[in-house]
Amino acid sequence: MNFKNLKLNLSNKNKDLIPQVLTVLFIILVVIYFTINAQNNMGNRGISFGFGFLSQESSFDITFSLIDYDGSHSYARAFLVGLLNTILVSAIGIFFATILGVTIGIARLSQNYLVAKSAEWYVEIFRNIPLILQIFFWYFAALRALPLTVDSINFYDISFLNVKGWYVPKFVWSNFSLFLYSIIFAVILIYLLSKYAQNQRDRYGKQIPTLYISILLFIGLPSLTFLIGGVSLSFEIPELNQLSKTVYVYKGGVSIIPELISLALALSMYTATFIAENVRAGILGVNKGQKEAAASIGLTKGQILKLVVMPQALRIIIPPTTNQYLNLTKNSSLAAAIAYPDIVLVFAGTALMQTGRAIEIISITMLTYLSLSLSISVFMNWYNKKMAIKEK
Amino acid sequence: MIKSIRTWILVGFASLLLVACGQGGGGAGSKKSKTLDNTKKAGFVKCGVSQGLPGFSNADEAGNWTGIDVDVCRAVAAAVLGDADKVKYTPLSAKERFTALTSGEIDVLARNTTWTLSRDADIGLTFVGVNFYDGQGFMVRKASGINSVNDFKNGISACTNTGTTTELNMRDFFNSRNISYEPIAFEKADEVVQAYDAGRCDTYTTDKSGLAAQRTKLSNPDEHKVLPETISKEPLGPVVRQGDSVWEDIVRWSLNTMIEAEEYGVNSSNASSLKDSDNPAIKRLVGAEGELGAAFGLDNDWSLRIIEQVGNYGESYKKHIADTGILPNRGPNELWTKGGILYVPPAR
Repeated sequence: MNFKNLKLNLSNKNKDLIPQVLTVLFIILVVIYFTINAQNNMGNRGISFGFGFLSQESSFDITFSLIDYDGSHSYARAFLVGLLNTILVSAIGIFFATILGVTIGIARLSQNYLVAKSAEWYVEIFRNIPLILQIFFWYFAALRALPLTVDSINFYDISFLNVKGWYVPKFVWSNFSLFLYSIIFAVILIYLLSKYAQNQRDRYGKQIPTLYISILLFIGLPSLTFLIGGVSLSFEIPELNQLSKTVYVYKGGVSIIPELISLALALSMYTATFIAENVRAGILGVNKGQKEAAASIGLTKGQILKLVVMPQALRIIIPPTTNQYLNLTKNSSLAAAIAYPDIVLVFAGTALMQTGRAIEIISITMLTYLSLSLSISVFMNWYNKKMAIKEK
Repeated sequence: MIKSIRTWILVGFASLLLVACGQGGGGAGSKKSKTLDNTKKAGFVKCGVSQGLPGFSNADEAGNWTGIDVDVCRAVAAAVLGDADKVKYTPLSAKERFTALTSGEIDVLARNTTWTLSRDADIGLTFVGVNFYDGQGFMVRKASGINSVNDFKNGISACTNTGTTTELNMRDFFNSRNISYEPIAFEKADEVVQAYDAGRCDTYTTDKSGLAAQRTKLSNPDEHKVLPETISKEPLGPVVRQGDSVWEDIVRWSLNTMIEAEEYGVNSSNASSLKDSDNPAIKRLVGAEGELGAAFGLDNDWSLRIIEQVGNYGESYKKHIADTGILPNRGPNELWTKGGILYVPPAR
């Protein structure tokens, strides 16, 4: 967002000011007119307006929730459940879309004919099929392909995959806080180390193998808490339970519902195609002379990529990739089609129906997506600025 | 995508319509009905129906709508416009239906909708009667060994539609029995059927008539059965917007006429020959006595046209629900004189 162009210049361009003020006044009047008219019409139809319903008991249950929730909680809490589920699937989607996208993008530039062509085919196929069809495909194809609970696919007797979901062991910690502190401590140490290494390099040209030391710290410190800190970890393994002659269910452990898996899969595979193209554009956008110059002063291949190519490529990659992250987040609203309880299904769906408060609920939902998108935007703009080349 | 976008556009439009259109509906108590005038001007009744529920409202390959809900709209069209075919059908999801009605996109909602207090009182709707007494039930696989709701145990997963009373009833039911369950709620009935068919859930719960109708869409209908218990009251009926009492009366009495006609043995084939019947109630029904239509600004043959063009309730039920094998037994939807609970106020 660039507000610079909107800045009012009061000192010397008063004649420019008048049309701007009039425009703002006009917009305000239109908003007031629509608000009053809406209130009148709703009044005439016996529909009240207000947000009091948010504190009422929702009295419907939700399959999958990151926080404690059941029908005795309020609509506001149901909203929060939906919001967290939207954030969860978006975060998972963004994570895998990025990894997959970067891999495919680099693969498209490979010298190996087979690798490059496969990547190209992947992009062309998944980019050109409507997302909703891909979601349905992954959901219903997966449901049809997966076995019933009793014949689950068994991963070493600790994890089970079937038509009702993917059941994984649950971590049961003792002294978890100590473990957490050790990780935070390790991160701080790594940060200090990198500062020190940079200092050494700038002053004396000395290279310190920060990467290996960091890995050692990150793994070593938390491991120590197991050995001497009394931290222990055990697993709650899902167990098969029989409910009736042919109905079985796994109990215990953590269940990842098929709706989440297929939605995250569809979103990341679809968005990855666009990110792959961004990555390819970014790398191709760096002048060949830059690499040659870097090689001529004796940098290694890894150093060329890390210090010369990527910083310049990222400038090209980040802005369009921000768009893809935003798209993915907004596309997650298609979840309603396959019963993944995101904000659209839970709040703009069930809650809207139970309360009938269309205007209030749709406004809240729209504002929520707007805030989500703006937050991602703000973060990516900050990152973009950080990555931009600073002219000295 | 289409579905989702449609929903959003509809809700958006509805909000806009609420915002933009002028004073809607005739004031309470006045004899003038804006909806009636608009309907006559347009030349068709704007009717909201389901997206396809056999027996209630379902379109064939040629796009012709049939079902007992559709017959309510046809009756209104026959009464108001003189031709039962002058109806414009708008298929709506459970989520879209009320907004479509309050915003004026449709004038009658005949979409197997449960009459509840909050819907009637809180969101600008008026229920005009009941055209089907239903109750929520469960469907399971025959092989599952579940023969009654008493066989449900902790951890059972249940598929249903979102935005309906079934979601609430399901919670009440499982909670009162202290059974933990996994609710999976889809936006469209077709997806519920597919997910249940694929084994995603152990039971499918909705209105029993709906279960009977949806069962026909499963890959092997014979492998499934509906459990005997009914866990809720679901009086389904047509709905109109609040605030236009004349239009409300027209829809209510169009439905009542169909039920009353069955009670007095008046049907589509004998109606016109009963003009000189000895029974004054029958004569009123076929427009040979009294001036009943004038009360809503209609002519006196309005009820005769309903019976002739649409038929009485029994004919409608037989054609759409019984003969299609959905629910051959009328159960509570039998006339009060025959042991059911269909009882309408007298048309006089």
